Amino acid sequence: MKRLLRGGRVVDPANGRDGVFDVLIDGDRIGEVGKNLKADGAEIVNVPAGLIICPGFIDMHVHLREPGQEHKETVATGVASAVAGGFTAVACMPNTKPVNDNAGVTQLILQKAREAGLARVYPIGAVSRGQKGEELADIAELKAAGCVAVTDDGLPVATAILARRALEYTSMFDMPMIEHCEDQSLKGDGVAHEGPVAASLGLRGIPGVAEAITAGRDILLAEMTGGHVHIAHMSAWTTIEAVRQGKSRGVKVTCEVCPHHFTLTDDLLAAPIAYDTNTKMNPPLREARDRDAMIAGIVDGTVDVISTDHAPHHYDEKNVEFDRAPFGIVGLETAISITLDKLIHTKLITLSRMVELMSVNPAKILHVPGGTLSAGAPADITVLAPDLPVTVDKTKLVSKSKNTPYHGWSFKGGVAATIVGGKVVYSNPATGFPQ
Amino acid sequence: MDVAAQTPAAPPLTALRHKHLLGIADLSAEEIVLILDTAEAMKEVGRRTIKKVPTLRGRTVINLFFEPSTRTRTSFEIAEKRLSADTLNVAIASSSVVKGETLVDTAMNLEAMSPSMIVLRHASSGACHLLSRICKAAIVNAGDGMHEHPTQALLDAFTIRERKGRLKGLKIAIVGDLLHSRVLRSNVLLLTKLGAEVWVCAPATLIPPGMQQMGVRVTTKVEEAVEGADVIMMLRIQLERMQGGYFPSLREYFTTFGMTEARVKRAKPDAIIMHPGPINRGVEIASEVADGSASVILDQVANGVAVRMAVLYLLAGGTDDETVA
Repeated sequence: MKRLLRGGRVVDPANGRDGVFDVLIDGDRIGEVGKNLKADGAEIVNVPAGLIICPGFIDMHVHLREPGQEHKETVATGVASAVAGGFTAVACMPNTKPVNDNAGVTQLILQKAREAGLARVYPIGAVSRGQKGEELADIAELKAAGCVAVTDDGLPVATAILARRALEYTSMFDMPMIEHCEDQSLKGDGVAHEGPVAASLGLRGIPGVAEAITAGRDILLAEMTGGHVHIAHMSAWTTIEAVRQGKSRGVKVTCEVCPHHFTLTDDLLAAPIAYDTNTKMNPPLREARDRDAMIAGIVDGTVDVISTDHAPHHYDEKNVEFDRAPFGIVGLETAISITLDKLIHTKLITLSRMVELMSVNPAKILHVPGGTLSAGAPADITVLAPDLPVTVDKTKLVSKSKNTPYHGWSFKGGVAATIVGGKVVYSNPATGFPQ
Repeated sequence: MDVAAQTPAAPPLTALRHKHLLGIADLSAEEIVLILDTAEAMKEVGRRTIKKVPTLRGRTVINLFFEPSTRTRTSFEIAEKRLSADTLNVAIASSSVVKGETLVDTAMNLEAMSPSMIVLRHASSGACHLLSRICKAAIVNAGDGMHEHPTQALLDAFTIRERKGRLKGLKIAIVGDLLHSRVLRSNVLLLTKLGAEVWVCAPATLIPPGMQQMGVRVTTKVEEAVEGADVIMMLRIQLERMQGGYFPSLREYFTTFGMTEARVKRAKPDAIIMHPGPINRGVEIASEVADGSASVILDQVANGVAVRMAVLYLLAGGTDDETVA
């Protein structure tokens, strides 16, 4: 079955395209992209002017919580949230219960993903068995079962020697080692960014350099071993500085930033809702200098990826004292609106750069299909409605969990449709996208 | 038209603007003075033979203490009883909290019994803010984590004002564990609002980031902090913090930061020595200083009752229980 998307603006940096083109979908693949393509029996989908057709967005940092914490999220609810947020694929973190440190857990996740349909799911395996930081997990088996990267996310790779071995070992498989950078001794029992805000609220601090120290360690180890380290969810200006220096020396280091770290600061812990546990995440919201460094890194090209660190937690778990609440917020359904509003409409970056950050680069880093609308590529497409007014209502989130600090925020820009394997798996009637 | 001429002079403040007392951060200088002035009248009640007034008759006050406390809990309870409130104490060992009910559930259950006020002591910073969002009762912060201990700061200010007649312009040196101290935070907020010159002193490992932005002078030299001071306020070294390795030994702490008679001599001749208690003799303060003629440590305890009576009285005045049809 063929479908012809007609009338949208195509932004496809992998092919150097930015303009009005027709997109022919042939089954589950991209058939052709060009001007005035002949329908030739294809079903015509008239895309309203103003909508943007992009290669499918890939969120490379998501916690789907299954197996083991299905009260927070499942693979099925997670992918439903993903497509509602405009993501055609997600990579899911291994800190499940049990940990995804063996092929059995990987296969279970992939089985659940097949049953759910909707978005593509790329499991990420653990670096160490049980994420205990002692010995390497069976990484070759994880790779064979379908894992696209390894990480001990939630925790850093515990020691320099283990990080060294992991970087050496993964270099055999075209897999990055994704690092949750955080020196555990400096983190201590901290719950918020160490700074004046935490001090005045009486919250124990986590200094920014706790992140940069681990990032620096791993960048040096990547340089030594030739392995690929991907620095997850950067939050501190010192971390991005370390990445910038590493890149300038040619180290195989890539990095990501989450929307909350380029929009929010720790002021949000004090007001409007003092001690709101939906402002508690790890790494924590930091100061204006850090937030501005994230934006600068996105603008100057240091940052490779915008990911969400979608971390669903149940209402009961968050409805407690600040220091007892778990770290994390949901992010899949707000990332595109935040990025359009705060980076595109402010003219900080172009749409083409946004597509690089959210589609092209995650595909490259994880060595997965997508990131392009080339003929023969999977027909995974994200259709943006850049001028759509969006007001975040946590009660309407598709995710099983509602822990967002953006409840009630209004943004300009949203998702018109999400197409995975040629099928429209999500569309928003308010955008005029044909239903 | 002269608008300013038509604006009536603001009437003297007679009530607090907020329903709860969550911290000194929420109080204006004017409100602080109102509390201190009200406490003067309450102190007079404490000098009577019959130390009781009917102000809070028929009102239920729950003292909900999740952390051990002798001084603060007793002080609140006496204050409540002197105001004729129906008062009860719920003391919850922190270990049973871990096993059982959440703070929110505990609060909702207590709330269902319609107390007028809940006095809360809790190990988590912000616990009082959380309760204030779910309870109709007025919440009084009796110490939340490392955040604030507002009634302690108020009784400290009351004690200083009683001895010195004012706060404005006094040099007040606060020495001790600044990092973990809720007393420090509340006192800095209060004393700077009332125009005191506040110096804080601690080992560099126990100074929270951003201390300078709070409008105080920061030093690691105790001699500099107490030089010419009108008031020396010591903070407790929490022995349980020693595992954190903030300083090498209690002995070294005492020799470097402990308040000795020699150090007190650098302060003004009429300087007073304060401590929120419980004191660690020979750790942060020498016994000769704690028990010396300049010490007002037990005055602080005595004044605590009057100040807490004032707070409860003013907060009750702000509620409208009695006007409900």
